[in-house]
Amino acid sequence: MRLERVQINYSIYIAFIQVYFLLFIACSFRGVDFTSGIKQIGLAVTELVIDQLRRICGSASTLTSREDKICYSYDGTPLFYQEPEAILFPETVEQISEILKLANQEKFAVVPRGAGTGLSGGSVPLKDSVVLVMTKWNKIIELDEANLTVTVEPGVVTGDLQKTVEKSGLFYPPDPGSSNVCTIGGNVAENAGGLRGLKYGVTKNYLMGFEMVLPTGEILVSGGKNYKDVAGYNLRDLVVGSEGTLGIFTKILLKLIPVPQRSITITSSFGNLTDCGNSVANIISAHIVPSMIEFLDNTTINCVEDFTHIGLPRNAAAMLILEVDGRGDVVDYEANMIMEILKKNNAEGIRSTSDAEQANTLKTARRSAFSALARKRPTAILEDATVPRSELPVMIEKVRTAAAQNNVVIGNFGHAGDGNLHPTCLIDENDKAEVDSALRAFDFIFNEAIKLGGTITGEHGTGLAKKHFFEKSTPAPALNLMRKIKSAVDPNNILNPGKIFSNSPKCESLKLS
Amino acid sequence: MKNPELGIIRAALPDDEILTKCIHCGMCLATCPTYDLTKLERSSPRGRIQLIKAVADGRLEITPTFIEEMSFCLDCQACETACPAGVKYGRMVESSRVLIEDTKENYAIPDIVKKIGLNYILTNNLALRTVAFLMLLIQRSGLQFLMMKSGFLKIFNKNFNEYLKLLPKMKFKTTRGLLKGVSLKPERSRYKAAFLSGCIMDVAFSDVNLDTIQFLLKNDCEVFIPEKQVCCGSLHAHNGEMKTAFALMKKNLDAFLAEDYDYLVSNSAGCGAFMKEYGHLLSDDPVYSIAAGKFSEKVKDFSEFVHLTDFQTKLRPPDETVTYHDACHLVHSQKVSQEPRQMLAKIPGIMMENLNESTWCCGSAGIYNVTRYEDSMHFLDKKMQNLKNTKADVVLTANPGCMLQIEYGIKKYGLKMRIEHPATFLNRLIKE
Repeated sequence: MRLERVQINYSIYIAFIQVYFLLFIACSFRGVDFTSGIKQIGLAVTELVIDQLRRICGSASTLTSREDKICYSYDGTPLFYQEPEAILFPETVEQISEILKLANQEKFAVVPRGAGTGLSGGSVPLKDSVVLVMTKWNKIIELDEANLTVTVEPGVVTGDLQKTVEKSGLFYPPDPGSSNVCTIGGNVAENAGGLRGLKYGVTKNYLMGFEMVLPTGEILVSGGKNYKDVAGYNLRDLVVGSEGTLGIFTKILLKLIPVPQRSITITSSFGNLTDCGNSVANIISAHIVPSMIEFLDNTTINCVEDFTHIGLPRNAAAMLILEVDGRGDVVDYEANMIMEILKKNNAEGIRSTSDAEQANTLKTARRSAFSALARKRPTAILEDATVPRSELPVMIEKVRTAAAQNNVVIGNFGHAGDGNLHPTCLIDENDKAEVDSALRAFDFIFNEAIKLGGTITGEHGTGLAKKHFFEKSTPAPALNLMRKIKSAVDPNNILNPGKIFSNSPKCESLKLS
Repeated sequence: MKNPELGIIRAALPDDEILTKCIHCGMCLATCPTYDLTKLERSSPRGRIQLIKAVADGRLEITPTFIEEMSFCLDCQACETACPAGVKYGRMVESSRVLIEDTKENYAIPDIVKKIGLNYILTNNLALRTVAFLMLLIQRSGLQFLMMKSGFLKIFNKNFNEYLKLLPKMKFKTTRGLLKGVSLKPERSRYKAAFLSGCIMDVAFSDVNLDTIQFLLKNDCEVFIPEKQVCCGSLHAHNGEMKTAFALMKKNLDAFLAEDYDYLVSNSAGCGAFMKEYGHLLSDDPVYSIAAGKFSEKVKDFSEFVHLTDFQTKLRPPDETVTYHDACHLVHSQKVSQEPRQMLAKIPGIMMENLNESTWCCGSAGIYNVTRYEDSMHFLDKKMQNLKNTKADVVLTANPGCMLQIEYGIKKYGLKMRIEHPATFLNRLIKE
């Protein structure tokens, strides 16, 4: 690695420190995050490198204009911006492999990107990096109705895939909030969850196989259409949720299930949060598994209603949107049981519908929650703390405490059935004091979640946004093993370096926000 | 190109609140026709917002790529419908177009033609009628046919023949001419509706205007057509000519304030959408702010008005199947999509076919189909495929731009279909 190599030669070391220092000053003046790109400090993406990238991808697929750099300096995560040096749209597996080999040779970072809707900064570029965009890989390669699988390219939009397989009576359940926009490649890389996680699981439960270009440029194929396969390590579970740090997907094989015959959607509102939390806990302990239990607090209800105008209960302290699905009478039976439990917990305005359109309107409204909260203030910072389901009522209360103690507005909503909450802090990112209060509130929330046996992220990933908390809260043996895996797969640390955790130089974790 | 002073940029661009509202979540990407075409962030709403922000912050100059992206945008505002955060994207893009026009130093011939058309012809009823009459002569005398056949127009531009086909067919009589002898006061009057006869509507769609007015009269509405009204100014605002737009807006306010009325009925989605914006645009004006606010509140699209006031006449069942295309300025700018459908559903025995992606822009977008003909054809292509699949006999839409574009599409793709304004369709079904 560069740092080790330069230490041998004393004079180069001095020169390096000088350059580092000058750049540090320059970067601090420009307000740019300096530390995340420490390893690539030598401005590795030179004109020469860009020429070589053009030769690999073709000049039409290599964008270097200032306008394009601005337009790929962000994803869906607030507060993180960094312009890349080039944006690439490779078309073949070989081109991707060539790019990664060149990155190893010239020591620049490659950041993979799908639709750029991630919420932890997984696809935000790093200093001196190139972005590799996969949105044009949008073909559904094969729908195997005999084996109930589908093979897709990584740029296929999740919603498009769902619509396509549903035409054949099949079902791909993972359903992140951005499903109309986000891509399967990003879903696998982030192990995306969504509204149906409670009954149907998340992306990892549907990944059967993949083709991936490793950071060294090798092409890896693993898994297949076998329902049972225990040969060797389970590489699928290693790459799912790897946040683009272990390889770039070029083909993905997914499991499908039959479409549920029918479903009933139930809504109800609550005068206080305790009744709401207890309802969820009672439903779970009554051994009912709804396909969805979504929770919205008063702030969220009002913002969503401002956008959708569908008549949500503006005065309620909280509301639940539940869905049960399956075959025949079982659905009615479970729906009735749920409504009984809701009544016992003082729920108001309990309504149920089996009309698909109405159900869809409600789900669309719920999916818009995060963005709708941004109506209130310029910046909405969304977090993803998750606790064991039984602890949900406690966690909801802790979020309220965090908001009150730090004097910030937090809208809370989430997948209550999974214990997966999305407390969203509403601030103005230009107000430094407010940003600090928000970070303190999240610090409190994360610590409380961990005390309750929870985790800092249920489905959004660690990326840049939660890296600091991740490194703090993960036991050393686990963190060290992850670091070892990363350096074994990516010895030069060129693929999405510094995401999830830092590998080597400790100074990288200086960054707080 | 000179880098203009930061102050000028700040003045032209929307205030910070509008600029910072975008949280770049990406929910808009799926609804953007230009992003769908290029799959490039810079052709997406959130990409364009980041570019506008960069210009406003002084991080980016007004570069050719910036100008290109702002003019590539259809301003269909489908992203506004999709945006949960309530970002006013249309205002941002229109402001950046004003900025681009203000800082332009050299004009090409098409720019000059556009400027003359917008600033000198559409603003003046006499000039508009003179030009319309000349166009009528060219169109009806066979001169246009000869010009197109001879192919000499292709010297100017290879698509010139197509531009001519896209232009509206001028009518012999304007709205007023058609209304000679018609009493605008029905025997029984439930409402008094003011009516904007428009600019292009007045010379090229006077028949649609007549149908609208006749339908209103049959439904016991008194109609008030102010003498001194002018073009609403929407085409100017969408093309960066804000000064002219303001002058037109004020003239209209003076004209319409002459009498009291219940609603202002618009049969052109573009005009209706812009007139609903008068209140916001003039909110800082010391003289007109209150009047503009009241004026905008009374503006209703034809379908909104009919749905609100209900039919009073008996209609006969139509013998053709119908489909409905949402004009962007109706569904996205005015958020009116249920009313026209509910209005049509009240027609006895109507056979409605659902149009897939009915809210996706047809590519007309004001004068976009002439200024950016080739791009516009990509969007038309998608629209025509969807229309073809409906197998409907009539497609209804409430905007002159969409009507011209889809009519052109029907001929281009050889479909057996007719485009009609809902007012014409309804008026034809009235039982005598």
